Amino acid sequence: MANDILVLSIIVLIYLALVIYVGYVAWRRTKSADDYMVAGRTTHPFIMALSYGATFISTAAIVGFGGTAGVYGMGLLWLTFLNILVGIFIAFVFFGKRTRKIGHNLSALTFPEFLSKRFNSRFIQYFSGAVIFLGMPLYAAVVLIGMARFVETTLNINYNFALVALAVIVALYVIFGGIRGVMYTDALQGTIMFVVMAILLVAIYWITGGVIAGNEALTNLVNVVPAKATATATATGFTGWTSMPTFGSPFWWTLVSTLILGVGIGVLSQPQLAVRFMTVKSNKELNRAVLIGGVFIFLMTGTAFIVGALSNVYFFDSMGKIAMQVVGGNADKIIPAFIAMALPVWFAYLFMITLLSAAMSTLSAQFHVQGTALGRDVYETVSGKKGGASVMVARLGITVAVVIAVILGFLLPANIIAVGTAMWFSITAGAFLTMYAFACFWKRSTKAGVISGLVVGTVISLFWIVFEYKKSAEALGICKALTGQSVLITAQPWPTVDSIVIALPIAFILTVVVSLLTKPPSKELIDKSFSGV
Amino acid sequence: MVLGIEDPWVWGAYIGCILAMLLCVVYGALNWNKGGEDEEGQIKEEMEWHKKEKEMEEKELGIWDEEG
Repeated sequence: MANDILVLSIIVLIYLALVIYVGYVAWRRTKSADDYMVAGRTTHPFIMALSYGATFISTAAIVGFGGTAGVYGMGLLWLTFLNILVGIFIAFVFFGKRTRKIGHNLSALTFPEFLSKRFNSRFIQYFSGAVIFLGMPLYAAVVLIGMARFVETTLNINYNFALVALAVIVALYVIFGGIRGVMYTDALQGTIMFVVMAILLVAIYWITGGVIAGNEALTNLVNVVPAKATATATATGFTGWTSMPTFGSPFWWTLVSTLILGVGIGVLSQPQLAVRFMTVKSNKELNRAVLIGGVFIFLMTGTAFIVGALSNVYFFDSMGKIAMQVVGGNADKIIPAFIAMALPVWFAYLFMITLLSAAMSTLSAQFHVQGTALGRDVYETVSGKKGGASVMVARLGITVAVVIAVILGFLLPANIIAVGTAMWFSITAGAFLTMYAFACFWKRSTKAGVISGLVVGTVISLFWIVFEYKKSAEALGICKALTGQSVLITAQPWPTVDSIVIALPIAFILTVVVSLLTKPPSKELIDKSFSGV
Repeated sequence: MVLGIEDPWVWGAYIGCILAMLLCVVYGALNWNKGGEDEEGQIKEEMEWHKKEKEMEEKELGIWDEEG
């Protein structure tokens, strides 16, 4: 034990020294090269890609979705596929370049402001700001839960204690001005995560006897484990860890609609990521970042899902149990448990420190977005007043957001990280994705068109989450209280179909139809928005 | 059986991830020096944007941005 504390202290000290060193280098760089001189402002593509990656891939992705792969198996790799193709390639090459240019043309500083100025509507700004402020605490809460689960397992301490301790650290971090992650620190975290995940990928295949042998062992596992170990999953469509669930079964719908599509597509309309494109200096920087980002995401989510799935082989060989049995049915604990048991203690600590610091930067970006959403997008737009009281409102908003996230951390059930993340991504996709895509690509889309898509997409998403999607409807209990049954339509597959599948197509069609029926936007607005695009 | 996996929908995902990564690598490599025409203008534009963002953060959020 004393030895473990020594190892932990050494790793923490080395980590802090690195963070301070990187902070110093960044500080000297901005001070020596005059801040407002063009030459001093180029960012290395490595820094840009890894800091974006560190914001994109949070603790939720690694701990929550890695653990989920322990349940759903390697079919979840479709999410990695979409993460790379949509989250990096399409986002950077198509959305990134246009968001940057249009955002600069319109002097938009937040995501709701971008949409509002593009369509010349203040309603869009405060409505979107409100959706972000009200919905995002869920995402912040699952990131916090991911951190606490890791600390719980690695340091072997009580979960509630870990949650409170982490919440206090996060609150201090936010209060003492570190609200915006510094790009260089993000990139340092990204680099360490990169190395750590590469080690993990090699380690899992080393432990299981190589890529082919390991995957074969996982393929055969479903025939070897006692049927009762997987009985609940099998009853809902599970067929093994290297085969897709039965088509159309509840298991299939959760995997495909919630986990793969919800997160894989929803990433495009994440407010904190869209804003990031406006801080990019040039298209060249984006082109270069595609290369690094693609490899980074492959190594992050690909490794997490492969390790989560293959942890079943390790646990079965060493303990005769599958992963879900080892962690008492809470998938959020699979990755922490695997690392604590299968890998050396120094690695577990290194992994923990990296995850915690990455989660800090994700959380601070989230709280920052929530603060501006309430202060600038809602309060200032509605009241028409700038500055002054809006500082108070924004700070109050951040405080409220932190408190709600912590409370949710206590209240939310086990197995929540992946589903909670997916729900938030689905809400943003239902509400914003159509409008955001048209803002960038369809000049004929009109204010009335996108507003109908925004409002109807949001309402359908929320309605579905409260009244139809079983996991959330049951947890909220509103449908039960009002109608006496836990969901409105009980017939399969509806209770397991994600809101994105319903809300996104409806919002899309509605936006197109209303746009075509209404007067095209003014030429000045389009010329101003698309100048130089 | 590809990579020890029978279901084509699963090994397809495995291979798909690798191909998607390669797409990013090839695209990034081919366009490494492209998009830099008028880089100075682009950077100046971003500087203007950044100045406004900083102002917003100081005036409206009361936040001091360390990044400069």
